[in-house]
Amino acid sequence: MSTQDEATDGTQRDGTFGDYGGQYVPEVLMPAVEELTDAYERYVLGNEDGFVDDFRARIREFGGRPTPLSHAENLSAQYGTDVYLKREDLLHGGAHKLNNALGQVLLAKYMGKERIVAETGAGQHGTATAMACAYLDMPCEIYMGRTDVNRQRPNVFRMRLHDADVNPVTVGSGTLKEAINETMRDWATNVEDTHYVIGSIVGPHPFPSMVRDFQAIISEELREQARDQIGRLPEAVVACAGGGSNTMGAFGAFVGSASLPGHPEGTHEPAPEVDLLAVEAGGSSLGVDEDEGYAPNSASLSTGTEGVLHGARTKLLQTDDGQIVESHSVSAGLDYAGVGPELAHLVDEGRVQPVNVDDDAALEAFHRLSREEGIIPALETSHAVAYLEHYEGDGPVVVNVSGRGDKDLDTVIEESAAKDIDGAPTMEVFEE
Amino acid sequence: MSDASDATRGRSDLAAAFDDEPALVSYVAAGDPSPAATERYVEALVEGGTDVVELGLPFSEPVAEGTTIQNAIKRALDAGMTPDVYLDLVDRLDVDVPIVCMTYYNLIYQFGEEPGPEEFVAAAAEAGISGFVVPDLPVDESGPLAEACREHGLDLVFIVAPTTTEERLERMLDRTTGFVYVQGRLGTTGARDEVSDDTPDALARLRDTDAPKAVGFGISSGEQAREVVASGADGVIVGSAYVDIVAEGAEAGDPTSEVADRLRALADELKTGAVAGVPEPEHK
Ligand SMILES: Cc1ncc(COP(=O)(O)O)c(C=O)c1O
Repeated sequence: MSTQDEATDGTQRDGTFGDYGGQYVPEVLMPAVEELTDAYERYVLGNEDGFVDDFRARIREFGGRPTPLSHAENLSAQYGTDVYLKREDLLHGGAHKLNNALGQVLLAKYMGKERIVAETGAGQHGTATAMACAYLDMPCEIYMGRTDVNRQRPNVFRMRLHDADVNPVTVGSGTLKEAINETMRDWATNVEDTHYVIGSIVGPHPFPSMVRDFQAIISEELREQARDQIGRLPEAVVACAGGGSNTMGAFGAFVGSASLPGHPEGTHEPAPEVDLLAVEAGGSSLGVDEDEGYAPNSASLSTGTEGVLHGARTKLLQTDDGQIVESHSVSAGLDYAGVGPELAHLVDEGRVQPVNVDDDAALEAFHRLSREEGIIPALETSHAVAYLEHYEGDGPVVVNVSGRGDKDLDTVIEESAAKDIDGAPTMEVFEE
Repeated sequence: MSDASDATRGRSDLAAAFDDEPALVSYVAAGDPSPAATERYVEALVEGGTDVVELGLPFSEPVAEGTTIQNAIKRALDAGMTPDVYLDLVDRLDVDVPIVCMTYYNLIYQFGEEPGPEEFVAAAAEAGISGFVVPDLPVDESGPLAEACREHGLDLVFIVAPTTTEERLERMLDRTTGFVYVQGRLGTTGARDEVSDDTPDALARLRDTDAPKAVGFGISSGEQAREVVASGADGVIVGSAYVDIVAEGAEAGDPTSEVADRLRALADELKTGAVAGVPEPEHK
């Protein structure tokens, strides 16, 4: 995997991962993308002006890192395998998203940018960006699809509490894909003073590498915690995958493609013996309905085909003609027709195994983790938790708990009742 | 006017469209609101004085487009436009001006059996397309498409943005054939009332460029066309202003001939304005 080797030494990269990646954006944005690539290489990879030290200090003080690795005793007993949970739900804001958002907003400051725009699906990235902008005193505008505004209302309010402008995007199915389109249009209009904080390992180079590097602080900690608490590396790491930022965050230090400078132990060697499982949203069923231009799932890694979307060549849910289809998942954060190019590459290489679980299994897992371990997971995370039902390895397994589920309670109450989900608590309704 | 590529394969009909007078490049989205209507509209635009037709092949994620053209693309896709239907439409078009295909890279890339641009470029050449404008394909990623275009004798037009650096401009001009698409303002497509202050600067920068220069993004009136040509453009590119008329027609149940009349009149106004912008009575 030569790309990966190049990546670890922090030298100039061309922004491709095997056949995937690249920079497919309008010319008007290319100079900004080049400027960002330069800033990424200098500040992030090169720790110029102590940028990475500053980031590491702030993600500790403001973000609350390190997050714990918790032994899930009841699930371990149930599955007969030691299950550990990497607790990104305990990061400030309630999801892994702050690792990237804080890194990018801070980078924008170092670059002298004056305004931040971002897309959001579940509202977690938007919230993390709004928090980072309030903290670092940057104006912030968020684009969010109308379907997601409806299903993630608490996060819309949180963003506004942090003084961000939230712009609902009404075209198409009103989910993450449309929100990204609209944020790119804003960026193209205001590119001279604005930085676009992309929320996952998607988009044109350098975003996929840069977002992974900020997120890989998860696996950097995880490797040490595993050594200290378990005495060995885990047998497997399981993470949900929408765009794939918590996924590559949890996998990065095992793949060896990611490391921020300034870590006391230096760069981690690749650990090929650790199985890496990316759990996608199987939705209600797999496949693409060509006629309707619709996929009742978001399983682009397991079922998608190669194409170009949002700045990168990657695996996509698309029709034979190349029209991108509307995806579906009960979880807004996984509801996306594309996926990060590095994950697409690692799947082709056989390093990452793509699996998927459907909406109902995710809902059941939501209740299971809440009931058994006292942790309410995000619906995105619930997909990773659900995969434990199918996990067959016998060593310790780590699930990346990418976020907490408070934002999903309305959806879960409604969906659990409508679908008669196993293990859901009852909610009585009294007539006044 | 001859650059290296012209010299190697003769002047393209696209470049030649700019020879006599400032050229009017007119965009509509194919299939908005139906392939039959598009045929009529394109004919009307040519009757009105259009020198190059830029025919949009609708893609589901038009990131470079403002709301007007986004909505046009949605109408066209809802009405069943596909790359195959598009090529049939181009094949049927009975106009004697060059047609440029404006689309996004994924559609070009997916067409046919093997991923890559080769099959679509071959089919487009066969149907009568003269060149491509692909807004999400910067020069950096354009190698395979440029090569396929060269092979089939098609032009590849790049968009020069207000933000384009000198170094990037050089690389683009090396690969540009046909004409240079000068993006007159930041942001996305959409009709505006004023010519952006960026436009004269953008044209001044390209003064020594051999290839014809056409300005697009925001032009909607004859007066703007005149102003842009007076600033040194060899042509104007207009899209959203036509699409607004098409949209009104679509809303009113598509009275095709009335819409066609209005399109013809607007094209005439734009062409007249562009010609009036030429500094000397003897142009070029
Ligand atoms: C808690 C949580 N997990 C996972 C995701 C999916 O994103 P990614 O695949 O980039 O980690 C999201 C996105 O909103 C999220 O909020």
